[in-house]
Amino acid sequence: MKKTLFDKVWDAHVVDTIENGPQVLYIDKHLIHEVTSPQAFKELEDRGIPILRPQQIVATADHNTPTIDQHLPVKDLLSRNQLKQLAINCEKNGITLYGLGHKYNGIVHVMAPELGITQPGMTVVCGDSHTSTHGAFGTIAFGIGTSQVAQVFASQCLLLKKPKKLRVTVNGTLKNGVLPKDVILYIISQIGTNAGTGYFCEYAGEVFENMSMEGRMTVCNMSIEMGARGGMIAPDETTFSYVKGRKFAPQGIEFEKKLTYWKTLKTDEGAEFDKEYSFDANLIEPMITYGTNPGMGIKLNGKIPKVEDRSFEKSLTYMGFRAGEQLINKPINYVFIGSCTNSRIEDFRVAANYVKGKRKAENVTAWLVPGSKQVEAQIVEEGLQKIFEEAGFQLRQPGCSACLAMNDDKIPQGEYCVSTSNRNFEGRQGQGARTLLASPLVAAATAIEGKLIDITKQFN
Amino acid sequence: MEKFKKLTSTAIPLEIENVDTDQIIPARFLKATDKKGFGENVFRDWRFNKDGSMNQDFSLNDSKYVGSILVAGNNFGCGSSREHAAWALSAYGFKVIVSSFFADIFKGNSLNNGLLPVQVSESFLKKLFETIKLEPDTKITVELETEKITIDSTGDSEGFEIDAYKKTCMLNGYDDIDFLLSKKEEINTFELSRK
Ligand code: SF4
Repeated sequence: MKKTLFDKVWDAHVVDTIENGPQVLYIDKHLIHEVTSPQAFKELEDRGIPILRPQQIVATADHNTPTIDQHLPVKDLLSRNQLKQLAINCEKNGITLYGLGHKYNGIVHVMAPELGITQPGMTVVCGDSHTSTHGAFGTIAFGIGTSQVAQVFASQCLLLKKPKKLRVTVNGTLKNGVLPKDVILYIISQIGTNAGTGYFCEYAGEVFENMSMEGRMTVCNMSIEMGARGGMIAPDETTFSYVKGRKFAPQGIEFEKKLTYWKTLKTDEGAEFDKEYSFDANLIEPMITYGTNPGMGIKLNGKIPKVEDRSFEKSLTYMGFRAGEQLINKPINYVFIGSCTNSRIEDFRVAANYVKGKRKAENVTAWLVPGSKQVEAQIVEEGLQKIFEEAGFQLRQPGCSACLAMNDDKIPQGEYCVSTSNRNFEGRQGQGARTLLASPLVAAATAIEGKLIDITKQFN
Repeated sequence: MEKFKKLTSTAIPLEIENVDTDQIIPARFLKATDKKGFGENVFRDWRFNKDGSMNQDFSLNDSKYVGSILVAGNNFGCGSSREHAAWALSAYGFKVIVSSFFADIFKGNSLNNGLLPVQVSESFLKKLFETIKLEPDTKITVELETEKITIDSTGDSEGFEIDAYKKTCMLNGYDDIDFLLSKKEEINTFELSRK
């Protein structure tokens, strides 16, 4: 039978199938962080169940960590306690933890790929919906709830029904100034935030084939924003050379053996999908969102559509926008470049390249939050730090930061923030904060101008 | 996990679409290390005004509406995978959530916590909203065995679907961990076969 990439990886992990019921799926790597794991550890402890495969679990602290003075004790007591609890749980159970300040610490979806923990053909889970990021490697990766974290602790498996298959194809060449973030924001604006519910998505076509691993991660990251459980891209030479030589990647002859297998991981010609969409790369422009769900996106120089619907109107009221209006020239006081969507070195290179020799507008507070300690180090090494400092941007320490505003990095009530993160929900970046999702390039340009500008003019 | 068989209750309408888990329980309340206490903060930023006073316009605060069934707009529970959303809704007192569409992870999380997601058609949902708003003391019955939801006063009813395995779990109060532990041998064999 002809199989899709998803079928191949899924089928290789099925331990058992229950008649008329779910399947038992084996999990290769389990990533954990401080927020969604404590209740799972407690559950197992209360029931006297040991953790089955601690060596297949990797922990990091990211959601609830400060992005300044990481060498000092965490000020917020509840946060400090949660971080301490993670350390205790990992220590007790023999789980590797890259805690705050460790050279491998970072946002779970940034640090695991860059350490070679994520590899093609694996199943990877984490108590975090953006686990879909790892799909960029041809991995089945998806977010789980805390009850499921406990299940994986106990059995290294999950009970799941096989999702349906969706393929999104984008062929053609992207215009200058159009980044992977624009591609995914465009797709979601076209198909909506629940088009993918019940599906696992494969991204195919020239645009993804020509994309870097960083770009592919940005795209797969936001699969959840169209409702899909995960997204994946067939591994190719770009993938293999990214993985090769990384800290926890297979080495030497082991690598060669794996490589032979990894090369088989692609959708067979003629394999069937339950649903397909295809788009033309040429039609994609730099994007911006204007509402409170990631599907409410338009091209940067476009107009907010008119839709008669209560939820739509509620959303515009929250944002302080009107149907039919353009966002170009809107004053913006906050810019955030960070989050597991866009906090990899490539994102900071794009931003630095634009910012070089310029100075941010007076009204703007610009936060740059690298996704990991390694990205942070690279920013310094490549001399980007200097460019940012001269431009008046604040380079902070790694973590989720203003993406979910669990720490002190909050956007004030009523303020607009052009953000490279993935969610523009009400209050996501702080109570009453108004988020406009965009690429790192649009974010950098906004910081320089102090308002939204039409960058397409500069790039064409 | 608590068993669920049948529930008859009045319902609270939440006529908003795309209710995300950040609204159900905002991130700043996720710092706890146990499952308790999330009920107080469910829909925190909708239930309370900026000055800390109650928002009287929000249906959960409207004294006409009480009950352990929440009837919500399309695409309920999208966004973050935080199970805290299901814990918060349960702790607040909900046992059933009705919507015309649920986000995947939220649906799984609810089922793992004995909170029943009932997916109905758009037209039935509309009927529910209309009936509840007109007569807030209308009772609604949700029966898991027959997979049926009924508006008691009018007799209008609709079937809903639930995964057979999950149904057994909810009817009996089992959870997945018990089941997975019974598969230990198969898991071992699988691991060995891949070495
Ligand atoms: S950066 Fe944002 S989306 Fe990514 S893991 Fe952290 S909180 Fe979640």
